[in-house]
Amino acid sequence: MSTTTAPSETEAPAPASEKEAPLGGRFLGWASNYLDERTSLSGFVKELGRKIFPDHWSFMLGEIALWSFVAVLLSGTFLTFFFQASMVETHYAGAYEPMRGVQMSAALDSTLRLSFDIRGGLLVRQIHHWAALVFVAGIGVHMLRVFFTGAFRKPRELNWVIGFILFVLAMAEGFTGYSLPDDLLSGNGLAIINGMIKGIPVIGTWTSFLLFGGLFPGNQIVGRLYTLHILLLPAILVGLLVLHLMLMIINKHTQFAGPARKNSNVVGYPMLPVYASKMGGFFFITFGIIVLIASLFTINPIWNYGPYDPSPVSAGTQPDWYIGFADGALRLAPPHLEFVWLDHTWSFNIIIPLVVLVVFIVLVMFYPFIEAWITGDKREHHIAQRPRNSATRTAIGAAGVWFYAVLWASASSDLIATHFQLTMEGVIHTLQGALIIGPIIIYFVAKRICIALQKKDREILLHGYESGRIVRLPGGEFIEVHQPVDEFERIKLADYETYEPLVVRPNAKGRIGFWRNFRGSLSRWFFEDRLVPITHTELEAAHAHQHHELEQMASIEGEEIQGAHERAGHPEAPLTPIDDGKSGEVPVRPTSVLNTDDPAHPHKNREKEAGQ
Amino acid sequence: MARDKKRRNSGRRSPLAAAVLIGVGLLLTGGVYAGASAAMAATNDTSTQHSSNLTAEDGKKLFQANCSTCHGLDLQGTENGPSLYGVGELAVEFQVSTGRMPLAAQGPQAQIKPAQFTEDQVRAMAAYVQSMAPGPTYPSAETVDGKGDVANGAELFRINCAMCHNVAGAGGALTEGKYAPALNQTSALHMYAAMVTGPQNMPVFSNTNLNLSEKRDIISYLLYLQQNKSPGGYGLGDLGPVSEGLFIWIFGIGTLIAVTVWITAKSN
Amino acid sequence: MAHEDDPLEHERASWQPSPGLAVAVTDPVQHDSLPPHRERMTDKDPAAMKRAVRTVYTLFYLSVAASIWAVAAYILFPIESGSLTDIRHNELFVGLGIAAALLAIGVGAIHWSKAVMSDKEFIEPRHATRGRDTTRDAAIQAFAEANEESGFGRRAMIRNSMIAAVVASIVPGITLFRGLAPEGSPADPHAGDPVYLLSHTMWKKGTRLVHDPTGAPIKAADIEIGSAVHVIPEGLMPDEVSNYLDEKAKAIVLLVRMPVDQLHPPKGKESWGYDGIVAFSKVCTHVGCPVALYEQQTHHLLCPCHQSQFDVSHGAEVLFGPAARPLPQLPIEVDAEGYLVAQSDFHEPVGPSFWERH
Repeated sequence: MSTTTAPSETEAPAPASEKEAPLGGRFLGWASNYLDERTSLSGFVKELGRKIFPDHWSFMLGEIALWSFVAVLLSGTFLTFFFQASMVETHYAGAYEPMRGVQMSAALDSTLRLSFDIRGGLLVRQIHHWAALVFVAGIGVHMLRVFFTGAFRKPRELNWVIGFILFVLAMAEGFTGYSLPDDLLSGNGLAIINGMIKGIPVIGTWTSFLLFGGLFPGNQIVGRLYTLHILLLPAILVGLLVLHLMLMIINKHTQFAGPARKNSNVVGYPMLPVYASKMGGFFFITFGIIVLIASLFTINPIWNYGPYDPSPVSAGTQPDWYIGFADGALRLAPPHLEFVWLDHTWSFNIIIPLVVLVVFIVLVMFYPFIEAWITGDKREHHIAQRPRNSATRTAIGAAGVWFYAVLWASASSDLIATHFQLTMEGVIHTLQGALIIGPIIIYFVAKRICIALQKKDREILLHGYESGRIVRLPGGEFIEVHQPVDEFERIKLADYETYEPLVVRPNAKGRIGFWRNFRGSLSRWFFEDRLVPITHTELEAAHAHQHHELEQMASIEGEEIQGAHERAGHPEAPLTPIDDGKSGEVPVRPTSVLNTDDPAHPHKNREKEAGQ
Repeated sequence: MARDKKRRNSGRRSPLAAAVLIGVGLLLTGGVYAGASAAMAATNDTSTQHSSNLTAEDGKKLFQANCSTCHGLDLQGTENGPSLYGVGELAVEFQVSTGRMPLAAQGPQAQIKPAQFTEDQVRAMAAYVQSMAPGPTYPSAETVDGKGDVANGAELFRINCAMCHNVAGAGGALTEGKYAPALNQTSALHMYAAMVTGPQNMPVFSNTNLNLSEKRDIISYLLYLQQNKSPGGYGLGDLGPVSEGLFIWIFGIGTLIAVTVWITAKSN
Repeated sequence: MAHEDDPLEHERASWQPSPGLAVAVTDPVQHDSLPPHRERMTDKDPAAMKRAVRTVYTLFYLSVAASIWAVAAYILFPIESGSLTDIRHNELFVGLGIAAALLAIGVGAIHWSKAVMSDKEFIEPRHATRGRDTTRDAAIQAFAEANEESGFGRRAMIRNSMIAAVVASIVPGITLFRGLAPEGSPADPHAGDPVYLLSHTMWKKGTRLVHDPTGAPIKAADIEIGSAVHVIPEGLMPDEVSNYLDEKAKAIVLLVRMPVDQLHPPKGKESWGYDGIVAFSKVCTHVGCPVALYEQQTHHLLCPCHQSQFDVSHGAEVLFGPAARPLPQLPIEVDAEGYLVAQSDFHEPVGPSFWERH
């Protein structure tokens, strides 16, 4: 084909052979070209299309959150077409008899109508609420995975902070969401929030007035929560989520140590087709499971709770699970923690739980920076650590999880009392003790377990695993044979790094600065108890030793068996037993002899039969 | 792991065999026990006495045989049990018919357990107590017919009862090990009886507090709850966010994590 | 983002991040090769591959069927009768259809990716997150030129006043949000005064105690010992009071009666009850739930939200739980006809504590 004289860089290059159809067919080829000429899409596809992602089930936990969030968005959009975020009083006149004629806000009325008068309305409402519970739980398990594998280390500290803010936003979304129907349960939750805000010194009373537009409950709060719930919070959430995913793509995902895996590479499957298919499939499975649960199980039956009124209250008034830790913190405060001083009321029964929660949240949010400061490690880390290999961090995490779990359990203290037939006072006192003493105990137990597991790994690396085979050596002693781990398993057990405590030295002026000293103490606490990593030489030597031992034993066994065969008159018999299926015996090394008995005519025990 | 697999001939038992056998044994003994105790509970209804219309005299004998050790031969009470003057036949019917009385053991409160007496015997004892010192009596048939205003009953229930018994009647905790029981199995008569007699720590809801029409409405609402299952599906005990949260963590997240393990496992 | 060359940027001498306290391992354990590819059934056996493919598209077609079923269920199970069973059926069958459709796509896609798609692992190099030195220099150069051209760095007056202006421009917007809270007006002078509003309720001298929600007045003689009565002030009806719920949230009261010898009112409050009848605010002094679980024998009043317990026979003092103050008591007496009336408003603000309370 003759080329045109005019330069044609902007035209798509003609296919090598004019007769060959482009990939995917002519229409797809035309469409791709059309888009690329206007959006530079081909660059994007080139970067991401075959990008490699490592594969481990724990890396999919963030996807639980991501896909359930999509489910929340889709179902929520449907709900916005029916829900009225207004506290104007009306009287319900719909299908549910126990609510008929009852005065309630338009918010509850529209929610009841959606549930009982719109086909599929109740289903979508339940999908939305169940998906919200899965969303926050997914963030939680994802966060735990990232923490316990040290995936928050450089260069991912900022992504951890973003992720944590996403966690807080998700909780806020959930809280504002379930308060929208203005029912008795969520209304009492709002009353509790109002009481907590009022207890804040200086700004509390005015903040409460600002939020509710005056006295509680007022007629503004549902509308304001609606704005937060469908506009402001989702916008910020989606924005941060996009940032979170972009950072994950730029930094590439972490991976566990293993064969061929290094800090400077990624080993896994390409985005197209395997990863895209797995992620897409998981989206459908997550959404499907949520819909399945929503079809079979009731959630938030607002028709039982009725409209919010300050007078009634239900036994077993709890918030949704992700707010439980805050409710539990309030319940565990001891009595009489309030006094009047300087003409003002200081409500420490509210201030202390709030401060404890804020400190906990801040510590978790900034943990990567704390650990980075202690270790001083400025290298990039792309290998995810096994939790046991970072014993102090895992122990801190375990103690933190215990702390959170006790607060969460405290939110259901009355239900624990009824279900296990205990006194609520006993339950609460036990939980108070568990909150203070538990983390300390859990810390020590977890740390010791991690170090013990590290020792076990080292044992297996250097000496192999116990195979269960007992061998008697020529000298008479019994040993258990240890089989070496194969080379691919070895790297999984071996590759970890450790840190030493900081040696604190005086500076040029002969003084030790406070922060240096503090850092030294913290690094001692973190890294005093540690195992030294195995070097390649040590490992090779141990491995060679193992092989040598096994070969030794094999050759000694061989000689023994050969000797036995010769004494039996069958020097040609094989060293390993043959099971041809006819023998009734199970061959056991090393003393088996080839059994030539015919099962139909077994050897007679001549001594027995001769009557001796 | 590269272990040598020992080839096994038939005749060797699988190591799982012992576990399976133990499991089967446990299931059998457990099942037999459950069946036997259910059968025994069912036979609790039959009494040694031939049930017919019993009189207050019979009631007196039953009372003196079963109740007077704690409540006194003349209903005057002892240090083990309160006086029954003025409790009325309604209280006796409630306490004995729900099995709370005779009290099995001292504790925070009397537990519901299988009734020890037939309904005829209960009525006889109630008639006896009523004759000794009159008190609250049985309701009219209309009060417990369940045809009241369900919406009004729901509102009254939420204001007066839900704080102890939960909005859906699932029960709730009280102080020091006491609890308000669930109401999903309670009969209309017992609902009325409890309101009027205020058993143990339950407050008394006299007819000047909640009049007969209001009580009828409340009973109608509770019966409505018993008869109408939630349109959203299984209610997880009607306990609200706690059971929903537990469920989603155990079954929801559990299933999803199991799915992630499956997705990333190597295909065989 | 794409660094075509040099996958070993990490190891280049120009960039040596400090390892901090990391123990230097001069001879780390290495492993450079992937394990040999283990063949799957579908790799070894073409029949197994065909089976897997068949499973995948069967699942996808099943999904189509489930979606059709969901639509059919939507049509076939009407709910207009209002019967709860009808609603349940519609929800159940539409939901199961949708769930099956989604799950079938998901499982099919996963099976496809596990059993049918190639499971060969790839190795891709990482590049340092840090930009290359040339890139960083170019970035610094860009800023330097912009600085030179604008004078941003050396023109302190322009720079500082710009920052001040931008920050200040946000303030009026924030100020607008003051409107979220109410202001006093000639018609309602206290509307913007939270402390006043929190310190006063509808209760006044002579206000009758009436049943919640019916509004029927209560005679002292009608209250049995062991009763708990839920009370609101007379006149607090939805159609009579404009901010009905706001007033109710402060005015709810619990009335109980016990034998006079069991009642031990605190000093100065002996005349606040009537013949064993006492009235307390029903708003918990912890964070404001209605505290209404009354145990008639122990005289304990339990709040269901955070398990605060109050002893009604001793002026509702706190026995247990996070509450810190006793429930405010409403002083009551009996009017000429025998109805219970308030002697006055509460003597202190009801409900949760706030900063200005003293």
